Amino acid sequence: MADMLNVKDLKVHFHNAPEEKFAVNGVSFSVKEGEILGLVGESGSGKTVTAMSISGLLPKNRADFFGSITLDGSEIFQCSEKEILSILGDKLGIVFQEPMTSMNPVMRIGPQIEEALRVHTNLSKDERRQRALEAMAQAELGEPEKVYKKYPHELSGGMLQRAMIAAAIISRPKLLLADEPTTALDVTIQAEILSLLRRLNMEHNMAILLISHDLHVVRRLCSRVAVMQQGKIVEEGLVEDIFKNPQHPYTKKLLDAIPTRDRKLI
Amino acid sequence: MKKGNLFLYIGGAISAIMSFLIILGYFWTPYSPTAMNVGAKFQAPSLEHLMGTDNFGRDIFSRVIDGAGTTFFIAVSVVAIGCALGILIGSLCGYYGGLPDIILTRICDSITAFPSFLLALVIISIMGSGKYNIIFALGILFIPSFARIVRSEFARYRDLNYIKSARLMGAGSFRIMFRHILPNTFPVLLSAITIGFNNAVLSEASMSFLSIGIQPPDASLGSMLSDSQIYLGSAPWYALGTGAVIILLILGFSLLSEGLQRMSKNG
Repeated sequence: MADMLNVKDLKVHFHNAPEEKFAVNGVSFSVKEGEILGLVGESGSGKTVTAMSISGLLPKNRADFFGSITLDGSEIFQCSEKEILSILGDKLGIVFQEPMTSMNPVMRIGPQIEEALRVHTNLSKDERRQRALEAMAQAELGEPEKVYKKYPHELSGGMLQRAMIAAAIISRPKLLLADEPTTALDVTIQAEILSLLRRLNMEHNMAILLISHDLHVVRRLCSRVAVMQQGKIVEEGLVEDIFKNPQHPYTKKLLDAIPTRDRKLI
Repeated sequence: MKKGNLFLYIGGAISAIMSFLIILGYFWTPYSPTAMNVGAKFQAPSLEHLMGTDNFGRDIFSRVIDGAGTTFFIAVSVVAIGCALGILIGSLCGYYGGLPDIILTRICDSITAFPSFLLALVIISIMGSGKYNIIFALGILFIPSFARIVRSEFARYRDLNYIKSARLMGAGSFRIMFRHILPNTFPVLLSAITIGFNNAVLSEASMSFLSIGIQPPDASLGSMLSDSQIYLGSAPWYALGTGAVIILLILGFSLLSEGLQRMSKNG
């Protein structure tokens, strides 16, 4: 299968960091069509910077980028601002960590979900509304008609995350970038969001790059996993292999850190 | 009904009455505001002349309504110019930052560093007095206060998650600035507008008071107040009526803004 996303030898250096310190230091991986790849690592390991580089969101005047990122055939670093904007929200959908702060408090939910359509298509108001309601149904938001007219403060965290997912998938992107999509949610909602992502992946053949520090989440959702430490990928492979037979000492430590039912915490 | 919104109701009522009188004044006044009647000068308030007559026998009530209309028009235009350009400059500075931001902010600071009245005097003496020159002069002076508020709001909002996520849906900078960020600044902007309006009313009144504002025979609240001070002893109703209208105009909008602020704070 073809690569949806191909990251090659990505290096990111922030201008305010010491000379030799790279936030991301030579990361290469690829996400195939319809595949779910997990990117795990502790805080500060460079996961989010990698994700932000893919989205083109990091300002070029605050950091230097090296290497290449190819998204569905277009080379991100060679795209103009305009070309990047035409990719964002259209080919690439993004879901953030914090659902509570990811929605504009003064706009109703519906128009925010439609935003990608309003930017990328010439659909009429009714068509957009129809698509938004469909996306909300796909994201398993109850009573889409009602939620459409609500403001973000009227929804719970889980509902907001579903709304964010609806906004990200409305233009049927081929790749969904999910940066810690379940971190701010409680465990039962987490499980629901994960199965939602899984279903979207299966039904629409949408590739997902899942960024998480939570190995449980990765294990439930991903087919392949890459482990990051200090800006580098230290181990990569199929989920079962890595969970059963970790090679790198850091991966072993990460796995050991998962609390289990019969292990005492102290 | 919330108790704290008394401000809103009283302010709204005063502003509504004033606005009604002013709008009415554009179409109809009891007497022509410029019609002189030498036989009827310095008449005390009566049913015939609600606020009495002045030194030329003109009906003060008609003149006050007419003058308030002029003042209102100037204040609204000044705030509109200041607000529109202030939003433009402030949003660009706040959103993009960098060198243009520093330069524009310094220019705004240096405008504010002058006593605004002095600067208005300079502009008026260069361009000559008149309604539109006053609007121009005051409008420019009002830009920095709006620009500064909008700039700080934009700088605060630009890095928030929901602005980032709008960007990640492919929204361009222009769209983000004016569709996603601007509506968030409305509560702050609204109180800035009401305060700005009051300042504009006062500035126009003081400039006309010093007779560099509206020129006779046109009436303006400031110039009427200035005329009336000579007759303070013989015809106190002249100054009282004019002053009361200025006070009511400003009081109404101040209370309204206070009420609106309380309302938005209480959610």
